Amino acid sequence: MKENDENHMKHLLKHALPPVGHAEPVRDLWPAMLRRMDEHPAAPPWLDWVLACGVAIFAVVFPTVVPVFLYYL
Amino acid sequence: MASGTEIGRAQAEEAAQLQSFRQGAPEAFEAVFHRHHGVVFRWILRIVRDRGAAEDLTIETFFRVYKAHARFEPARGFEPWARTIATRVALDWMRSKHPEQPMAEGFFAAVSGREYTDPAILAEIRDKTALAFGRLPPKLRIAATLAVVEELPHKEVAEALGISIAAVKVRVFRALRRLRRDLEQMGIRL
Repeated sequence: MKENDENHMKHLLKHALPPVGHAEPVRDLWPAMLRRMDEHPAAPPWLDWVLACGVAIFAVVFPTVVPVFLYYL
Repeated sequence: MASGTEIGRAQAEEAAQLQSFRQGAPEAFEAVFHRHHGVVFRWILRIVRDRGAAEDLTIETFFRVYKAHARFEPARGFEPWARTIATRVALDWMRSKHPEQPMAEGFFAAVSGREYTDPAILAEIRDKTALAFGRLPPKLRIAATLAVVEELPHKEVAEALGISIAAVKVRVFRALRRLRRDLEQMGIRL
């Protein structure tokens, strides 16, 4: 596509799409936000679960390390 | 006009608020929501062009922000981080829609190019452009909307999409080329 064509397409798009400007939400979103948080309470991040599983597996495979690990906590 | 001291105090207050938010304080999240939800809403609206959907997606974005509070890096700033999450949420929404669904009614206000003066031709170009633009893959559509229509700096678009500036330019180019090709296939000579 030539530069002229590209500019023409840009011009067409820019004139076809209405600008968003400084639009604001029509409704108060905070009550809906609270409902959304109540529906699905925040779960611990998946990385925390992976780390916890890793520690548990490590403790099962190498039980003798557990006292040493606890000593250094 | 706010004095330098007042601005400095406001910045310090916001920084403290963001730090509390990062530590998971609910009241800090509420304050962050009220301070930034308008910006996030407008960002999403630019992408999805549907007010109702933009409101719902703003809530979804802040829900993900709330869940990810511990990963927030204050040095990066809240809005760039929120824009990245919002873009991902908007992209998921666009992918979930039927790919050939035209844009919402009123999406294309008017084609006011000086080259086209006949109202019938204008209407035809508007409708077909709407259809062709709606058929673009969401990734290309987002890049074209933000970089071309909204004229946002490529750096900002790249950060929001999580890609390089060069990749943004490539996506915009591909979007325009594909739009042109589709319009020509529909019989619109450009």
